[in-house]
Amino acid sequence: MIKITKYVLYDIVRNRFVILYTVFLLITSFTLFSLDSDPGKATLSLLNIILMVVPLVSIIFTTIHFFNSYEFIELMVAQPINRRVIFMSEFFAVTIALSLAYLVGIGLPVMLLNASTSSFFLLLAGLLLTWVFISLAFSASVSTRDKAKGIGIALLFWIYFSLIYDGFLLYIIYAFSDYPLEKVTLALIALNPVDLARIIILLKLDISALMGYTGAFYKSFLEVVRELSFHFRSC
Amino acid sequence: MISVHNLNKKFGSLEVLKSIDLDFQLGKSFALIGPNGSGKTTLIKCILGMVMADSGVIKVDNENINGQWLYRDKIGYMPQIGRYPDNMKIGQLFDMIRDLRKKESVDDELITEFNLQSMYDKRMHTLSGGTRQKVSAALAFLFDAPIMILDEPTAGLDPLAVEVLKSKIRKEKNDKRLFLITSHIMSDLDELSSDVVYLEEGVICYNDTIAKIKSETGEEKFGKAIAAMMRRNRADVA
Repeated sequence: MIKITKYVLYDIVRNRFVILYTVFLLITSFTLFSLDSDPGKATLSLLNIILMVVPLVSIIFTTIHFFNSYEFIELMVAQPINRRVIFMSEFFAVTIALSLAYLVGIGLPVMLLNASTSSFFLLLAGLLLTWVFISLAFSASVSTRDKAKGIGIALLFWIYFSLIYDGFLLYIIYAFSDYPLEKVTLALIALNPVDLARIIILLKLDISALMGYTGAFYKSFLEVVRELSFHFRSC
Repeated sequence: MISVHNLNKKFGSLEVLKSIDLDFQLGKSFALIGPNGSGKTTLIKCILGMVMADSGVIKVDNENINGQWLYRDKIGYMPQIGRYPDNMKIGQLFDMIRDLRKKESVDDELITEFNLQSMYDKRMHTLSGGTRQKVSAALAFLFDAPIMILDEPTAGLDPLAVEVLKSKIRKEKNDKRLFLITSHIMSDLDELSSDVVYLEEGVICYNDTIAKIKSETGEEKFGKAIAAMMRRNRADVA
């Protein structure tokens, strides 16, 4: 498996996309940190970019890579190699490449210019988002043989989680505003990886008031959990 | 060596293979023929495990291949249309497959004969169809596999390369190897194979030695013998 992963990685590195992605992230983060004297604000701007770009790049790169590796997969299938190994290698190679790109592109400037808990969580959230959307894109790619269809389904995931889902959520909150919705909102937000990433970081930035209702509630919820666990420990 | 029992495969509503029963023994060379779309390549891909059959059993060396992969170590496969990673160089491709197969002895005679070393630095996507076909052939013969499956090996090759490949096949034919060749060029098959399996619309119409089909139809040439048999089959149906 490691051998095949190595060959796939080799192929990915030669395709300059990942390098361009790394450079883009590097430039963006350095620029944002040098533009704003307040590192908190810069982190926030960076967050907004990451929340859009990371899922999008993960999805597009994964699907395109998968459909471009059709020949490679075909070649491997005729060899004495387990299918599971072939597909897992593809998955791990993409995951390693994009995670490394993210760690270098965002991790390096953030750790150099603003090493703090919020930065650490920004890194963690971005990595988790990368993995989530790579997985989604892989499941979209293997579900169809048609390249355009595969990319379409994968992009639909991105639009759904980045745009449509929040719209639904707002609509539900608005339509049922007469009812106590805190717990429902909490549960609904937990179903969207992009929202979860945003909330983790905003909570760490301590400007949760900026994100209104759900953020504030999340914060109080987490505080209650923390207090409870503290309480249990002291008992 | 390979036995196929009651194999069925459908693509959607199209029945590509209908209860196929076949036996391929070592030491023989089979010509797998039939019109376009008769299911030759699908049968081959079923044997390789690249296409999952709907029902039926395929055994290689008396072991059911369903869900298995190690048996492919015994197979050298030359696809009809060789598709390779675009960015890879020819040399890297050979190195990679060699690395994955982990075989001590390699047979790189075809690489030399086709003069592929001089092109080791060319990327796969810059190659012509014929060169690609040469790469496929060289890869298939690289590991001395007991089972050789060649899907239209001579299609797209120049006359010189065809002769090189044919003499290679003739040279490698022995008691310990099984060749399974599909082609539309009957004269090639006449030279290279001992037995013939004729497939039409997913059904085996004929499965016997080439000598027998010739004597049955009273034709000297294999191509004419096959044509005569096809005509007779049609007449029987009508």
